[in-house]
Amino acid sequence: MLRHYEITFLVDPVLSKEELTQIPNVYADLLKSNGCEIVYIDHMGLRHLAYPINKKNTAVYYCIEFTCTDPQVIDQVELAMRRDERIMRFLTVKLDKHGVEYNALKRKGIIPWKEAMAKAKAKKEQAQQEAAADQNNDAPSTEEKEPQNTES
Amino acid sequence: MPSKEDIKFLSNPDIGKKKKRYCRFKKYGIKYVDYKDTEFLLQFLNEQGKILPRRITGNSLKYQRRVARAVKRARQLALLPYVTDLLK
Repeated sequence: MLRHYEITFLVDPVLSKEELTQIPNVYADLLKSNGCEIVYIDHMGLRHLAYPINKKNTAVYYCIEFTCTDPQVIDQVELAMRRDERIMRFLTVKLDKHGVEYNALKRKGIIPWKEAMAKAKAKKEQAQQEAAADQNNDAPSTEEKEPQNTES
Repeated sequence: MPSKEDIKFLSNPDIGKKKKRYCRFKKYGIKYVDYKDTEFLLQFLNEQGKILPRRITGNSLKYQRRVARAVKRARQLALLPYVTDLLK
């Protein structure tokens, strides 16, 4: 059965630029030679880690999306990654149909639900502003009334 | 006759009213929770990086499970911390 997978891995940032650009291609070639088709290689770039790994605070992130029919290939690739000292960590994920769709759209720069969320956020902010405006209107009116009461 | 807007309450009348909670995934048609999108996942964490319960976020069970899985994956890849203070 044809399935979509995604391998995200962190590469040691100490390496030279050439090596860094080569590493994802090395694994893409390995996948290709085992009969997988590469959908996309995402260069996520250098990022700060949320916690230190191997006493390092940054890592270069890559993400390879591919289709594969034989799950044993993944074992081979993971074994190769474990043996590779330059790779600090990796994670293989099977994508469902929504994940495939999401990734395809994200590559085009579209996030399907972004619009709906932005609209809702704008609405919320507007409501908050109106509420704040109401409160401001209320405040002076009460101040005006108070002195009247004291006079009477 | 004072109009409805003129009536002043001693306490906030909205207190005690149950605000209707909803599942934002169902509302906005979100179908896939991406573990690499940390900004999105931050909405479901507290300051210590713990996953918020369903009773606070209002997620449906299906998507709460997916959020939890995405957060745990993000933690493995050091995109999100396991434990911290002052995450936000």
